[in-house]
Amino acid sequence: MTATPIADRRDPWYLRLPVVADLRRSAGLQRGMLIAGVIMTGLLLLVALFAPLLAPYSWAQTTADGVTFGAQQPPSAAHLLGTTVSGFDVLSRVIWGTRTAVAVICLAVVASLFIGVLLGLVSGYFGGWLDRILVMIADAVYAFPSLLLAIVLSIVISGGRSGALVGILAAAISITVVFIPQYFRVIRAETIRLKAEPFVESAKVIGAPVSRILFGHVFKNATRTLPLIFTLNASEAILTLAGLGFIGFGIEPTAAAEWGYDLNRSVADVTSGIWWTALFPGLAIVISVLGVTLVGESMNDLNDPRLRIRRRGRKAAARPRRRRDDFRHRCPRNGSPGADRAPGCELRHRLRRCPRRQRREPLRRPWRDPRDRGRIRVGQDSHRA
Amino acid sequence: MGESGSGKTVTARSILGLLPDTAETSGAIWLEGTNVVGLSAGRMRSVRGRQASMVFQEPSAALNPVFPIWWQFAEGLRAHNPKLKRKELRRRIVEALKQVGIPDAEKRLDDYPHEFSGGQKQRIIIAMALAMGAELIIADEPTTALDVTVQAEILQLLRDIRDTHGTSIILITHNMGVVADLADSVLVMYRGEVVERDWVRELFANPRHPYTRQLLAAVPRIGVKSASRDLGPEHLAELESREPVVVAEGLEVTYPGRLGSPPFRAVRGVDFTIHAGEVLGLVGESGSGKTTIGRAMAGLEAVTGGSLRVLGHEMRGFKERAFKPLRRQIGFVFQDPSTSFDPQLTIGECIEEPMVVHARDLSATERRDRVAKILEAVELPREYSRRFPHELSGGQRQRVSFARALVLEPTLLIADEPTSALDVSVQATVLELFTELQHRFGFASLFISHDLAVVDMLAHRVGVLFQGRLVELGTGSQVMSNPDDDYTQRLLASLPVPDPVEQAKRREFLRLAAGGS
Amino acid sequence: MIETLEQANTTEPAPDSPKGGGSLLRYLVARFLLIFPTMFILVTVVFFLMRMTGDPITAALGGRLPPDQLAERIHQAGYDRPLIVQYFEYLGQIVRGNFGTTFTDNQPVVEILARYGSATAELVAYSLVVAIGFGVPLGMYAAYKRDRVPDAVLRVLAILGYATPVFFTGLMLKLIFSVQLGWLPVAGRISTAGELKMQTITNPTPFYLIDALRLGDLQLLGDVVTHAILPAVALGLLTGGIFLRLVRTNLIGTLERPFIESARSRGVAETRLVRAHALRPAFIPVITVMGMQIALSLAGAVLTETTFEWKGLGFMLVQYMSARDYVAVQGIVMLTAVIVAVANFVVDVVAAFVDPRVRY
Repeated sequence: MTATPIADRRDPWYLRLPVVADLRRSAGLQRGMLIAGVIMTGLLLLVALFAPLLAPYSWAQTTADGVTFGAQQPPSAAHLLGTTVSGFDVLSRVIWGTRTAVAVICLAVVASLFIGVLLGLVSGYFGGWLDRILVMIADAVYAFPSLLLAIVLSIVISGGRSGALVGILAAAISITVVFIPQYFRVIRAETIRLKAEPFVESAKVIGAPVSRILFGHVFKNATRTLPLIFTLNASEAILTLAGLGFIGFGIEPTAAAEWGYDLNRSVADVTSGIWWTALFPGLAIVISVLGVTLVGESMNDLNDPRLRIRRRGRKAAARPRRRRDDFRHRCPRNGSPGADRAPGCELRHRLRRCPRRQRREPLRRPWRDPRDRGRIRVGQDSHRA
Repeated sequence: MGESGSGKTVTARSILGLLPDTAETSGAIWLEGTNVVGLSAGRMRSVRGRQASMVFQEPSAALNPVFPIWWQFAEGLRAHNPKLKRKELRRRIVEALKQVGIPDAEKRLDDYPHEFSGGQKQRIIIAMALAMGAELIIADEPTTALDVTVQAEILQLLRDIRDTHGTSIILITHNMGVVADLADSVLVMYRGEVVERDWVRELFANPRHPYTRQLLAAVPRIGVKSASRDLGPEHLAELESREPVVVAEGLEVTYPGRLGSPPFRAVRGVDFTIHAGEVLGLVGESGSGKTTIGRAMAGLEAVTGGSLRVLGHEMRGFKERAFKPLRRQIGFVFQDPSTSFDPQLTIGECIEEPMVVHARDLSATERRDRVAKILEAVELPREYSRRFPHELSGGQRQRVSFARALVLEPTLLIADEPTSALDVSVQATVLELFTELQHRFGFASLFISHDLAVVDMLAHRVGVLFQGRLVELGTGSQVMSNPDDDYTQRLLASLPVPDPVEQAKRREFLRLAAGGS
Repeated sequence: MIETLEQANTTEPAPDSPKGGGSLLRYLVARFLLIFPTMFILVTVVFFLMRMTGDPITAALGGRLPPDQLAERIHQAGYDRPLIVQYFEYLGQIVRGNFGTTFTDNQPVVEILARYGSATAELVAYSLVVAIGFGVPLGMYAAYKRDRVPDAVLRVLAILGYATPVFFTGLMLKLIFSVQLGWLPVAGRISTAGELKMQTITNPTPFYLIDALRLGDLQLLGDVVTHAILPAVALGLLTGGIFLRLVRTNLIGTLERPFIESARSRGVAETRLVRAHALRPAFIPVITVMGMQIALSLAGAVLTETTFEWKGLGFMLVQYMSARDYVAVQGIVMLTAVIVAVANFVVDVVAAFVDPRVRY
């Protein structure tokens, strides 16, 4: 019953990739949402890749062939989406902005992934005072509005605003720091759960060295929710970047195109009825975030058997749904960890389970120990800036 | 009656239309002259609870944790009669609670489910059926989640209700003993079909269908295949003279309390010895500390008092580094075969792991040879080494569990309820396998189980645990046939035997014993 | 005898079951004490991060003053002492409720917090009304209509709600309702005329809405309400989307629990199952997450206030940041840390009271 719905091993590897495997087992609305998400995300990536080909101008260009664009020009043949108050071409900035967004996502998510996963594994497996301190710090940082933390960090890193690389780095690092606790919490909780699983205990009984248990058994099984957090964090990264830009702590407009900054500049435009400078960068943000979020949400639902859409009709009825339950209740004292947990809903439960307790504690009392409380479930955790 | 996947629960649920929306039902179910199949939602609702009421497997899950129990009663009663007054409601609830033997019913009405014990919760759910005047109670494995002694009481309660109220009961269970105890007539299901139907005495005396016969033969019975029956005093003396593998003296295991709450003493001063080649059975109900002892022997739980010597190594204040070389001498089989294997590894890799850790000098081919050999020993084809755990059935996985534990030919095997997650017929083959392996490899073993009959089949000596104390220790046949301790006697008396005639006698005895004290 | 036996056997081996009353109190005290390490960690992290790049005076005035004057002022303010000394001094100041003085307008940070904090609190309160008003009932409805059309529509709307940055929602609302339709004011918390009227009130409360009600001036009330609608909706849609999803997920999860099935088998109607039986158990986790969201919507408030020029803490934060007044920034961030820690505590207490298992 731990048994992850890992796609059958005999499938070729590309069918077992997270998103692909999810697509294959989705149905109905969930499949629609997943496909829509994949398309939007794909669009974002493609535009970022081919930005130089797609964009008519550069992001900081105000003249072409000696002719000034002019400020706040409405959409026209020369400027399909109009120009901004600083005389930039809106379309070009929207297109170039994808690059900034993708760069920040990659840097931030990859960095936080590595650090968070490593800390979570070690902290969850060894426990003790180090674990307690790390959990307390992670909890504190986690509860703190990430935008405010990002503001503080961007002040530290770049002193406010700066060039393209430093600006992107500043945004990426501040987002990284905010995200580490999320990976840390999830991986730690998963590690703690796995640590009490018989297969890890059996490795312990065998006498396998810690490194083998940790990286051989625990790590491999703990990472299956990562694609999900990855997508959710990616969307949050875009929002945090845009939020920083919007309050004027992002990247200099001449260094790189950034949607949040453009929206910041368009606040005054809106008051005078100029809609195109706000609408298009905003839509770009919405589509990017929506795409990644849809992918993440559908994956979350697919991993959660309670939320998965049941396929109707014969095929489903033929599947012996009850079988597993009968089997589980066979034994009167079968309160063994994980026995009543179907794979996906662990996300919800895992943070509140203490490994040493669960054997004996018939009631779950998350509040008993603040350290083990999981107030959060991935996806609900994000403050959305 | 039937094993998992036989369709017994689904059948019962369809009576009340409680199947998931994805299921399709056809045919007819006649409930007091109404066909309930395809009934409209509203009509079905009026049937539910009033004509037929359900009792579920897990009493703690079947009660809403955040509402007092009177509220949950009232919801059911009001659903059929919204005009009921509060006073009348409470009167009826108290009456029903009294009927099922909840003491202080007037006061306990306002309590929440967590303030009741598991057996009491099941009584409350039965009381709900009574309060609503259900003429049929559908009890889906009503005692499976309960301990044996509590099970006996719940079965008695159901019998009383049948006698006093004339209520019909559909009892769904995999446990032949429970069937023999309560049922008047039996319906045996196998893979979604009814294979046999008969009066209970007739069925147990002359099963006609081969499946029924096989099922009845597979049920472990105390004293039938007892491993210790033929042990003479000279055998015992010989066993005792062998080198002790495990010695526990005043063993205590205490879990620290959390946030200032008092610590929990799971094991409170237990003494026993396991000699080389001896099987010690440890029996007890949930929370008796039997699993904790097994885990402490493997170094998974810290010994906090007394002494526990495993293979000459003191486990109190134990250091992993010092103990590690001894680990190759210890095998461990876990209860739940579905979680005891890393889902990412093949069966072969799982079995190889002990060799990779302890026998580094073995080459890859040698390792593979040994995997093949041990797979053969547990009666699995060697091709299985390339499969993944989720591709195997529960029984097969438990065989692999034994293979992994025995691949290094250990001197001690700790088996923690290895068969309790399995169906009866599968359990029988696994138990047979255990006996055979024990003869072949001659390991000493601690065999933990909640089932007296299972332990009787395997163990030379049996220990009975009750609330962390070892209340009885002796040879299997001695403990089973001539127990000294009160608790052991009750435990034995509560265990329903799969024979309606015999069970009726035992019931009478139990009632006299209970009335007498 | 049977009774005692049963009790003995099935006593839940929870170590704390026999103890009465003290248990909840102990939990509350332990939980309360946890506020302090949380606050301490955040204060420490923010302090050292902010000071990693240098002192506030150089940041604010660097380049505008000659080096010797700059050094003089740094020395006067004590910023040339070892960082660790300054840190402990800062801690001491905070304990006494002193968050420093701003550079740009030379005011105690505490006063700024008091003056603008109320505006932020008002905004967050309005947005919560919107969020709970929309999110909770619609979430219940979506769970009830699970996997059918209304559920699908609501889910997409919810995702859209939290995928859209609050400033973009704000700008679009402004564009439509203020600029194009002209129904609502463009920005601010109150009109100038209204502000003058407000000043006539003696002993004002921090909230304009309450003051307007007290004055009984309908025009003023309308003024306050119309200003509040767009910011509240912008921020509320964001939080509301999250609430919707949260309620739906938890309710669906609870509806599949056996006790619901058990109630259903007794003939309880489906709507009643959702409204009465599943709602409360489902809400225990929802409350905790909602509490977090309230603390976190402070960040959303920063962006909303900037969009609508709502003169609250967030608006001031951005002002001070562009002026490089890091003492003020630090003060506002510290205050947020305090709010976050306290909000988490309050939420846990509320959740504990909803769950009878904690309430022995």
